[in-house]
Amino acid sequence: MPSSKPVAPGLIRMKDSEAALLGGRRLSDGKIVFPMPSGPEALLHKEIELAREGSLWSFTVQRFRPKPPFDGDGDDSSFVPYAVGYVELPGQIIVESRIEVSDPVHLRIGMPMRLVLEAYRHDSDGAAVMTYAFRPANEERL
Amino acid sequence: MNNVCIVGAGIHPFGRHDGKTGLDLGVFAIREALSDAGLDWTDMQFGFGGSYDSGDADAVLPVLGRTGMQFINVANGCATGGSALLSGYWAIKSGESEFGVAVGFDKHPRGAFNAEPEASGLPRWYGQTGLMLTTQFFGMKIQRYMGLYGISRESLGRVAEKAYENGARTPHAWRRTPVDLDTILNSQMVSDPLTKYMFCSPAEGGTALILASERKARELGLSGPTLRGVALRTRLNGSFEVFSPSLEIRRDPSPTVLAAKAAYEMAGVGPADIDVAQLQDTESGAEIMHMAENGFCADGDQEHLLRDGATKLGGKLPVNTDGGCLACGEPIGASGLRQVYENVQQLRGRAQQRQVEGARLAYSQVYGAPGLSAVTILEGSGATRGVR
Repeated sequence: MPSSKPVAPGLIRMKDSEAALLGGRRLSDGKIVFPMPSGPEALLHKEIELAREGSLWSFTVQRFRPKPPFDGDGDDSSFVPYAVGYVELPGQIIVESRIEVSDPVHLRIGMPMRLVLEAYRHDSDGAAVMTYAFRPANEERL
Repeated sequence: MNNVCIVGAGIHPFGRHDGKTGLDLGVFAIREALSDAGLDWTDMQFGFGGSYDSGDADAVLPVLGRTGMQFINVANGCATGGSALLSGYWAIKSGESEFGVAVGFDKHPRGAFNAEPEASGLPRWYGQTGLMLTTQFFGMKIQRYMGLYGISRESLGRVAEKAYENGARTPHAWRRTPVDLDTILNSQMVSDPLTKYMFCSPAEGGTALILASERKARELGLSGPTLRGVALRTRLNGSFEVFSPSLEIRRDPSPTVLAAKAAYEMAGVGPADIDVAQLQDTESGAEIMHMAENGFCADGDQEHLLRDGATKLGGKLPVNTDGGCLACGEPIGASGLRQVYENVQQLRGRAQQRQVEGARLAYSQVYGAPGLSAVTILEGSGATRGVR
């Protein structure tokens, strides 16, 4: 079975069942931040799991293949547009995310969204490199 | 009271210029501005200049003359030109200098800008996973605005249609052919809801302004509009800006709202007093949102204002009379100064086919990454006559 790994340490928790997006809670005033800071700033925050459900705040569709450092699978000719959006996690923060959706025409501001993990590229040895995404809560995983 | 005037304005037409460097375009603009003012390079006591992709603006010195003048390179994203002008303004306002130049030039590679996460203090994965694109930000900002305030896709199209109409009347514009609304709406989708014709392109160009103290200008018999308001503001915690992996739920006004307020207060005028405005239009949606952020209308009113042609030449408040970034393209270092150059032409009655009749107060606003905005308000004699 091909292995999988997160695109960066400290970004997502890849648990057996429930994946989680990691943020930070500032020790001084409890303010929630995303992503969890690294380096000296990390010492001023406590790592927390962010809410898995929220509502779509805004969205667009990336219609052309971005320049580097984007390193998703394929090239210009095989590029598949993907949706991007902001999802409001109630009482916490609004996070920017790739959006998984069967057709972007279904996206509406305010619609309920749920966190998923997405293999946005594959390593040369076939390992899936995972990032986070949100998906309309009423759409089944493909 | 030490007023500051713009006694000379020069531009190298925007577009694509093979065989010329960005620096060449900046030097050309400075020579044009000096000639417009009737001054020499040796009269300049200071220079503030910037470019994003074409090296240090200080490189104009070996070409124009190493006079020993104070020259400071400015780097402030898309508001680089506005920042150079602001710096020059204060250099004269403070009473320390009497003449100086603000210059900006650039020459960008084709296609969307690519951004390095580390340069903005962001983690690598943000770029790797395809979230770090200015075009996405523009798409998402207007998408939400349209949802909140009932702005239609047709309005996005009308802004671009007007830009190309005005560009066709402007010698320094790049896109000089009108494009009809259907073509704009049906062109290739870049970042929904924005199509190819609703986005400006990175371009090449140079702009220079010669600033002078009003007292000295009068003494030498020089003329030009007076800078009544100049302000630059950066983002608050809760404003929606480019390259933001997250946003706070509590929202704040944009840096444009802050800069506009400061500039109006400084000038002692309000939005209703403005005769002509140049607003940052990196894409169609930006012009629509900036109409409200700069106080020219309430959120949502753009829908009927655009339908009625209020911002066209001959309308109640002509906006982006030279076609803006959409028709001129955006050489980052030169773009904010291009807006002021256009206002100088309007106030001096030199705008020919795009002249706004009786223009006395002219407004410009440049906005850029990572979330800053610069506003200037210029006052002319108001004796200009429109060309019909």
